[in-house]
Amino acid sequence: MSEISMTTAEAATVQPQLREVPAVRMEAVYKHYGDFTALNEVDLKVSKGERIVVCGPSGSGKSTLIRCINHIEKHDEGLIYVNGIELDRQRKNIDAVRRDTGMVFQSFNLFPHMTVLENCILAPMTVNGLSEAEARDLAMHFLTKVRIPDQAEKFPGQLSGGQQQRVAIARALCMRPKIMLFDEPTSALDPEMVKEVLETMKKLAEEGMTMVCVTHEMGFAREVADRIVFMNEGKVVEQAAPEEFFKHPKSERARTFLDQIIH
Amino acid sequence: MSHFSPTAAVSYFFNYFLMKGVLVTIGLTVAAVVGGLILGMGIALLRMSSNPLLAGAARFYIWFFRGTPLLIQLVVIYSGLPQLGIKFSVITCALVGLILNEAAYLAEIVRSGFMAVSAGQREAAWALSLSPWVTFRRVTLPQAFRLMIPPLGNSINSLLKATSLASVISVEELMRRSDMLMQEHFQILEVYAAATAYYLILTSAWDALQRRLEKHFGRSSAAKTRRVAASAPVAQASVEARA
Repeated sequence: MSEISMTTAEAATVQPQLREVPAVRMEAVYKHYGDFTALNEVDLKVSKGERIVVCGPSGSGKSTLIRCINHIEKHDEGLIYVNGIELDRQRKNIDAVRRDTGMVFQSFNLFPHMTVLENCILAPMTVNGLSEAEARDLAMHFLTKVRIPDQAEKFPGQLSGGQQQRVAIARALCMRPKIMLFDEPTSALDPEMVKEVLETMKKLAEEGMTMVCVTHEMGFAREVADRIVFMNEGKVVEQAAPEEFFKHPKSERARTFLDQIIH
Repeated sequence: MSHFSPTAAVSYFFNYFLMKGVLVTIGLTVAAVVGGLILGMGIALLRMSSNPLLAGAARFYIWFFRGTPLLIQLVVIYSGLPQLGIKFSVITCALVGLILNEAAYLAEIVRSGFMAVSAGQREAAWALSLSPWVTFRRVTLPQAFRLMIPPLGNSINSLLKATSLASVISVEELMRRSDMLMQEHFQILEVYAAATAYYLILTSAWDALQRRLEKHFGRSSAAKTRRVAASAPVAQASVEARA
């Protein structure tokens, strides 16, 4: 039988596709800023439940890549499907994709004039039509989950960076997203706050959330990621399981990158 | 008459005729602020529009009304437009002039307020799939408004004093009524001392109100919002990897 010749790695990637639509599918995606090519013919597939870490040097296009997934950045060419919905510039498709995806930003981007709770209930109430009581219950559920239910009445400016980022994660989860996008979630934090945010993300990963994380936290990548996507100059240079990527990076660029960031 | 009579100054201060002029000054200011804010908000939205024609029209409006003296605008509306058969009452002329002029300044204040709201706030709203209206009403407007209060206060202070220009087209506000009293009694210093006192009281009252507004809308930012590191150096990557 021909199946027998199939390696386990192939089987692992082929089988989910047969059953279901991938969470994210990008085909030959390009993004330009003037003369600068931020994304250069990028292909990427993320299966449901998969945890991807995107890494690469500064300016390699990793943030642009993740921001194209929920159309915060508009790609110039190529196809992007999120849970089978094509990002084809139709308003209703963009809205549908954004309802399915949660995003956590490097600079938190909490609404500074609203309390933590107000930050969390705004979208569930205005987008999903929840009553205030329902939205509050939902918000408290997720604030408890990120371990800051006692800060619900405070304003973001009164919290530490790590707490703010956990609120941002809770706020995104309140929309019950199918995919979570993390754009360098720990890069703006003081070193002692990095851990609490990474712990929260690990917990989310353990629950089976589909995650795409742009991060320089290689310890996190090693522990949590199913696959590492290494980017350079707008291209996906290599993709591999963490073990493989850290031990035997194929490209010269990945080798020098790893040498630089791992001491 | 080579002396200054304090008692006369005090009596002008309590002059009923002058007090009514004060009310007209307050009325002109309030109406011009309200009208100017509504019109200015509209012009600011046009100015920020991606349509070059709308943005250009708004830019022209601002350029025109900020580039010419209010005095000329008032005189043209009051004395010039009737030549074309367009006639308004005195008070309407003053209001039209003040609103058109104030709107140009307020539009720039509104625009700068919105531009100062960080792009990240809008991105967060998009990521949460908030509608454009909710994003405007609940996310960007409250933050922009807080940033607008100090320059807004300045502009309203100027406007309050600029209403005195309406005296030229014979609106009987504080300045005009002071002139009338002065021409009747020739107690120049005494009359204008009373008028000066009224202007100071009005601007001081506005200052106090503005401070309260700033305090009220600034409450959430009392605790300093943490500054985010400008860039994330690659060297910050965790050390434990590849152990």
